[in-house]
This record gives sequence, C-alpha cells and structure tokens, in this order.
Amino acid sequence: MSKETLLMGAVAYAPKVVTIWEGFKAFFAEHGLSFDFVLYSNYERQVEAQFDGTLHLAWNSPLAWERARRIAAARGLEVKAVAMRDTDCDLRSLIVVPAHSAIRTVAELRGKTLGVGAIDSPQATLIPLDHLRQQGLVGGRDFSVRRFDVLGGKHGDHIGGERDAARALLAGEVDACCMIDGNHLAFGMDGTLPAGSTRILDRTAPYDHCNFSTSPGAPVALIERFTALLLAMRWDDPQVRPLLELEGLREWRVGRTSGYALLARAVDDEAFYSHDGRILAAGYRY
Amino acid sequence: MTVASSPPAIDIEALGLDQGALLLIKRALAGCAPGDELGVRGRAPEWSSHLAAWCRQQGHDLRLDERADGELVAWVRRGVQAEGRWKGAQAAGQARLAEGALPAAEALPQWGMAARGATVEAGSPAFAFSLTRRDELWAATAGELYRQAAAAQWDPDSAIDWAAPFELEPAIEAAVVQVMTYLIENENAALLVPARHLGQLHPHYREVAQLLAIQCADEARHVEVFTRRALLRGHEPALSTAGGQASLRTLFEAADFSQSTFLLSVLGEGTFVNLLNFLHQHAPDPVTRQIARLAARDEARHVAFGMAHLEHRLSLQPDYQSRLRNAIEQRYDELSGTAGLNEEVFDALMLLAAGGVSAQAVAHGHAALLQLKLEMAAGRKARLARLGFGKDEAQRLADLHTRNFM
Repeated sequence: MSKETLLMGAVAYAPKVVTIWEGFKAFFAEHGLSFDFVLYSNYERQVEAQFDGTLHLAWNSPLAWERARRIAAARGLEVKAVAMRDTDCDLRSLIVVPAHSAIRTVAELRGKTLGVGAIDSPQATLIPLDHLRQQGLVGGRDFSVRRFDVLGGKHGDHIGGERDAARALLAGEVDACCMIDGNHLAFGMDGTLPAGSTRILDRTAPYDHCNFSTSPGAPVALIERFTALLLAMRWDDPQVRPLLELEGLREWRVGRTSGYALLARAVDDEAFYSHDGRILAAGYRY
Repeated sequence: MTVASSPPAIDIEALGLDQGALLLIKRALAGCAPGDELGVRGRAPEWSSHLAAWCRQQGHDLRLDERADGELVAWVRRGVQAEGRWKGAQAAGQARLAEGALPAAEALPQWGMAARGATVEAGSPAFAFSLTRRDELWAATAGELYRQAAAAQWDPDSAIDWAAPFELEPAIEAAVVQVMTYLIENENAALLVPARHLGQLHPHYREVAQLLAIQCADEARHVEVFTRRALLRGHEPALSTAGGQASLRTLFEAADFSQSTFLLSVLGEGTFVNLLNFLHQHAPDPVTRQIARLAARDEARHVAFGMAHLEHRLSLQPDYQSRLRNAIEQRYDELSGTAGLNEEVFDALMLLAAGGVSAQAVAHGHAALLQLKLEMAAGRKARLARLGFGKDEAQRLADLHTRNFM
C-alpha cells in the first residue's frame, strides 16, 4: 500500500457510487491529494479490510462504524470518525401504522406483526426494534417481525426494504412498519404512502448515520488533508455541487461519535455483533 | 427608535408536507435571508416530523418551540447554502428582441436547452451545438417569416380537392407521375437539409430554429401531397436517376450552413418556385395545379429566408461572397460528370406543357420548357445580383447551377 495515495473503501449499494467516487477522486487529484477507492459489495468485508492493511479509510454505514469500533477496541487499536454529512446528523426512525388502525399506543403492538427493513438496517430494523425493546416489547416474543430484506450487507442503504415494508403496510400484510423519517415524507410525496394514509405511532430518539472511519494506523497527514478538502467543499461551487447532490448533503461536517449510542445498544440487544465485532446475527447473508 | 420587526411566520394549517405544504414553506423561506428564521405553525398530524426530515435534507437548522398553551412552533433557520444553486448563474441572453435588436453574438454551450432569457444554473452541462455564432445563421426577418409560415400552414386534406373530376390520357398521367416522383426526391432533400442544420443549431436562435422547423414541416407536407398525387390514379412512383441523386447528395452533404442555405434555398428552391409556377400554369389536372400553387407559396418563403440570411452575413462579411462563388463552382465541378436533369423528367415536363403528343402540341411544350429555363436562370441571376455579385458574374454563376434544378 502506497504511503502517498490515500486508499478508501466504499460500498457499491447502487450504480451511482461509481460516479460519486470517480468524481471525488478527480476533485482530490485537482487539489493535490492522491486518492483512490476500492468498492466492496458489502460493509462486512469493507470493515475487515480496515484491519488487514488494505484500506486507510472507509465510508462506513453507522453499523459498519460500530463494528469497526468494536474490533479496534478489542484489539487495542483506534479508529476515528473524521467527517460526516450534515444529513447524517440527528435522524429519527418512525413506527408507522395505517391511519385507521386501532393501534394507538406502542403497547398495542403486542401480538401484532411489525414490518422492518433489511436484517442489517440500523434505521429500519435494529434501532426501531431496540426502541420497542426499551418499552418492554421484544420482537419474536411479544410481536411478530416480518423482514423486508433487500441487499444484505448494504446495511439498509438500499431504500427498497423500507419501501417494501411500507407497501405491505398499505396492503394490510403487516400492522405497523419502520422507516427513517425522511422516507416517510418521501413515500408520501411519491405516492408509495398516499398522504394521510398512515399515522406515526412512535419515533425513536435522534441518532447519527454514516461517517468516514479511519483504519488503525492510517497516515495522519493524508487523512488531515482529505478531511480539510472535504470540509472546504462548498455547495455553491458548481464543480462540486453535483457530487454533493448525488451523495445527499449540503456540507461535510467534522465527524462526531456522540450519535451512535442507540445503535450500539441495539447491536448488543439484538445480538448483531459481539463485543469484539464478530457477526452473531443468524440468517445474515451478504 | 428602531423597532425590531418580529420574524416572519406562516401557518400551513392542516396541510401536510406530503400534501403540498412544502411549497408554502419554500416560498416563505425564499423571503428570508440565509441565517434568518421562519416560524411555521401547522395542524397536520405529522407536520413537525416531516419538517425536521426536510430541513435536515435541505441544510436548514430547525428548533421546535412548544408553547405553554401547547401550540408547537417550528423555527426554520434558512441554510447558508440555500442560495448556492443560483450563485454564478447566467442569463441566457434576452427573451425579447426590440425592433432591430439582435440575439447574442455567441450562444454559450452551457445555455443548452434553456429558454432564451432564462437564468441558467452554473455548472449546467455544455451542449456541443455547432451553430452557435449568430452571424453565421441569423436573418433579420426570421421571426417575421416564421409567423407568416405559421399562419400560412395548410391542411393537405382540405386545401386540395382530391376528388376533383378529371380524365387524362395514359401518357399524360404517366408524365404527371414522373414529375411527382422527381419532386418527391427533391423535397426529401429540402426536408433533410434544414433538418440536419436544425439539429446543430443552438436553440438560443429561436426564430431561426422555428423557421427551419416549419420549413421542414412545409417539405413534409409537400412530400405528402406529391406522393398522393403520384398514387392518385393507381400508379407506382416512376424513375429516379443516379444523376439527380448525385445532385441532391451535394446539397445533403454541404456542411456549412450559409453555403448550404445558398445552394438549397437561394438557387435550388428559387428555381423550384419557377418550376412549380410552371406546373400551376401547365399541369393537365386541377389537383396537380392546386398542389403546385400551394407548394410554390411555401417555397417562396424558404427563398426569402435564404436571401435574408445571406444578406445579413454578407453585410458583415463581404468577402464571404467568394465562399459562395466557390460553393457554386465546386458543386458544378462535382456534377460535371453526371447527366443532370433526367431525360424522363424533362420529357414529362414537355409533355405536360404540350398537353398532347401531336407535333404542334410538342412544339408548344418545348417552347414553354425553354421559356421556363430562361426564367429560372433569370431568377437566379437576379438573386445573385441582389447578393452583390456583378452582372456578368451573376450570369455566369446562374448558368453553373445544377441542371437538376434543385
């Protein structure tokens, strides 16, 4: 691995990922940073590559960050979240029921069927299930869980699982379903969930989403340069705006790790990863 | 004393953000400076949740203020990037042209498909139009000619009395079919040549684009009516010669807009106006006469545009005249080895003017055809003279025009 070139991993959850990172590569090159990327088909292999010397850095889902953090902690190493999107901060997930549903409180989900997203989706599965667990309702014990699994290993980046769950809700196949707040608005606007057809039963506390996670021993100067260039990207620069729009942000922010506590608890409670980052979840295919 | 005004606020009432309320919020926010706050009140069930998600996506900060009386007010702080999309945006010229005014001298690739006069976001993709310089395509009367053309469009079904009774001798009907066959291939060229330019023309030059588009529509209609007349009595189209097609190919392949317009419209279509007038006068049946009259009217507009464009260009670039001269001479050289107008067409035209096959009738037809050719050459000479060619040179160049007429 060249010390001069910063090597980043990203997960190819959609074809646009190639466009995004080719664009960033050109942007970094124009600004004197030698940068390259490796695409992975899933976050698990990407995180593992952060610990075998392949990657200096990874564009990680919150769940991938949580795994990297656990592996690093178990080995006495350190990973850092150096940057994230403004849109990664303070998300909430919703538990949604049909507008006419008799379910008025979370407790009334007992004995019902809850539609969730992919098994590895923080926003549509892990955090909402943990949210209910905190209120005494455990999936599989107190209510049935129906998973809408799309593209395992992508950690829910693919919106398809949430959309399928929403459609199942309208079709009466599930009594409630989970989704990120922005998708509830988006599904309302695109007609997946006609306006007024659903009611928000409950919402989780805010949590954070993706970040750029450094690998242990990543070259400090290159990481600093990378972060400085990101933070200097301006949405009103027509050269970079298309990239920011594709990646879904207005501005990059300095990474913070204060928004992952909900997910960390969910990962333990739902037994997704062990404390040292091993995969525990049964039936997880990626 | 200055009294601080209270921050702006809107009430979206019971309208959900997924039901259109975002429009109201966006409009209200547009009135706030970046960094200023807008108060939002609402009653739709999920409005504050949706507003939070939307603000996060758009880069606006949000704080929720639950008042003592239970009313919730959301304070949206307009993001500093909110106006970023329009920073450095460019006006794509001016929509309206005052009397005598001109559009931009050069249309920028980034203006792309935008309406003339629109504000175009910086970073818009560049379109590789090849016709982007006004003086290489403009005509002062383009807009007026377009309006005339739009008003003069005719419906082939109703403008021509296809059921008009007539009986022709088989030889005369065959001559009509041959002439129609010839007209169709020429009009195919007259359709495709401007169509090719149209696809290369920057839409900033709206009037020229519209003019070329309606010229294509004219030719499409001509192809239709000539075809219908050819088939009217059950015949198939007749003969197409290599020489005729070679002549049309030189038009089709002329890349330069001005030279192509010169050869096609000023010389070719100008000559065709004479031919169509001849057919209007001599055609043996009312359908052909009506078709010829209507088509001639359209062609005259095409000639007018060609003349207006070349007058514009030559007024700014007098030495461009030598390029026009070269274009005629080069085309003449290219066609020198071909037969020119096909014999069958020439004979068919003579037969139509003759109206029969007696020696006397044919003599009459032959004389009429010679007269037509003189009128054609005189017309070309007059137009060349109007474009500034001297008398002798105009005569010489007029005589070099393709024997295929178009």
